[in-house]
Amino acid sequence: MKYIDEFRDPALAKNLFRRIESLVGPAGGTKEKPLQIMEICGGHTHAIFRYGLDKLVPAALEFVHGPGCPVCVLPMSRVDDCIEIAERENVIFCTFGDAMRVPGTRKSLMQAKAEGCDIRMVYSPLDALELARRNPDRDVVFFGLGFETTMPATAVTIRKAAADGQTNFSVFCNHILVPPPLRALLSDPQMRLDGFVGPGHVSMIIGTEPYRFIAEEFGKPLVVAGFEPLDLLQAIVMVLQQLAEGRAEIENQYARVVPANGNPHAMAAIEAVYEPRSSFDWRGLGEIDRSGVKIRPDYAAYDAEVKFCVGYGAGKAAGREPEGCRCGDVVKGLIKPPACPKFGGECVPERPLGALMVSSEGACAAYYQYGGTRREEAA
Amino acid sequence: MCLGIPGRIAAIRDAERRIASVDFSGVRRDVDLTCVAEGALDDLVGTWVLVHVGFAMSVIDEAEAQRTLEALAELGEAEEEYAAMRESAAMLEERP
Repeated sequence: MKYIDEFRDPALAKNLFRRIESLVGPAGGTKEKPLQIMEICGGHTHAIFRYGLDKLVPAALEFVHGPGCPVCVLPMSRVDDCIEIAERENVIFCTFGDAMRVPGTRKSLMQAKAEGCDIRMVYSPLDALELARRNPDRDVVFFGLGFETTMPATAVTIRKAAADGQTNFSVFCNHILVPPPLRALLSDPQMRLDGFVGPGHVSMIIGTEPYRFIAEEFGKPLVVAGFEPLDLLQAIVMVLQQLAEGRAEIENQYARVVPANGNPHAMAAIEAVYEPRSSFDWRGLGEIDRSGVKIRPDYAAYDAEVKFCVGYGAGKAAGREPEGCRCGDVVKGLIKPPACPKFGGECVPERPLGALMVSSEGACAAYYQYGGTRREEAA
Repeated sequence: MCLGIPGRIAAIRDAERRIASVDFSGVRRDVDLTCVAEGALDDLVGTWVLVHVGFAMSVIDEAEAQRTLEALAELGEAEEEYAAMRESAAMLEERP
């Protein structure tokens, strides 16, 4: 159980909780039919559990943990493609550590490494490019993973590789975008969300404009938030205020870091290197229109999908998820993790079956680590 | 990987390649400045930047940097990032 005195400024936290308490009713939340607010970013999910915010807010308010953890929404078929590349002769396959344990249909990258594939964990795509420079007789492939926060990094690295003529370097591009799955979720007739807490660091890149459709087409409020717990509480107050006043707008709680127009240099790098895919497969959510990017033909020499003829490059259909795994329903907010029959038994952080159990930012792993009982039930 | 980590620019290492040496609570590593600056880089020495996977994505003030570092430490994410930086550097030094 968490306590308010853990917050950086307990008096301010207490005040924010009081405002949430008083706004929930006017915003339309009841204990029987709680308001559902989705935090999109996995970093926010982690912070909510770490500070027990889900237990400290009134029962008339519920958090729905969104699709904003790139490791968690990575389909098994893409992990299979990684392994197919890593198993090729002469390849050094580089990945962020987060992706090592994600299960594929055959195995994870961790297992492939144990079986002898040359798989290296890197902190940055720059380190993968450096590895290519130091190993001119090997083919170095970087597993490009993440939302708009890591997308510019991969883009700038590809441009540097091109400028250097580093032809033994390529990227297996799995970069995905935050706004398209939100449109898909809002268009789902089963969906009953009341508002959103928007991601801080993604918005620092893309700005606040790309969320406008959420307010204008779907009539839902979204407030971009920092990931400090006080930022999150402040953002929740702002969402509730909008609901109580019948407004639906895109607001920015994190303006001290997020400019309304994002980072133009980063956006220019994204624009130069990538183009949208017609659709991309999301674990648990399926194919979503224009939700991922691929490397532009100008940089095809650096595109591992073309170079090794895998994934969408090979025209393969998406793989199926493991039998009984309900990650998809959790991501949509239809069930809580413990309602999945695999949760805590066949699926635990040490041996994840579903993707949401892999990363500390996945809703299932967070539930498993911090528990998910509400304060009333715990009392 | 997803959350940026604050670091302080210690020196410009390669102006042409837009690379600086950045100090992350004692761990030093190369960071690309392409996304935070056009033209001369020298004025950036001493400033704080929010870094994603080796790329500075935003210039922030010191108070914001401290606040972010505390939040990351609470989430256990700061240590994870420093460990990833150290391991990546060690991996590059290994003999193939």
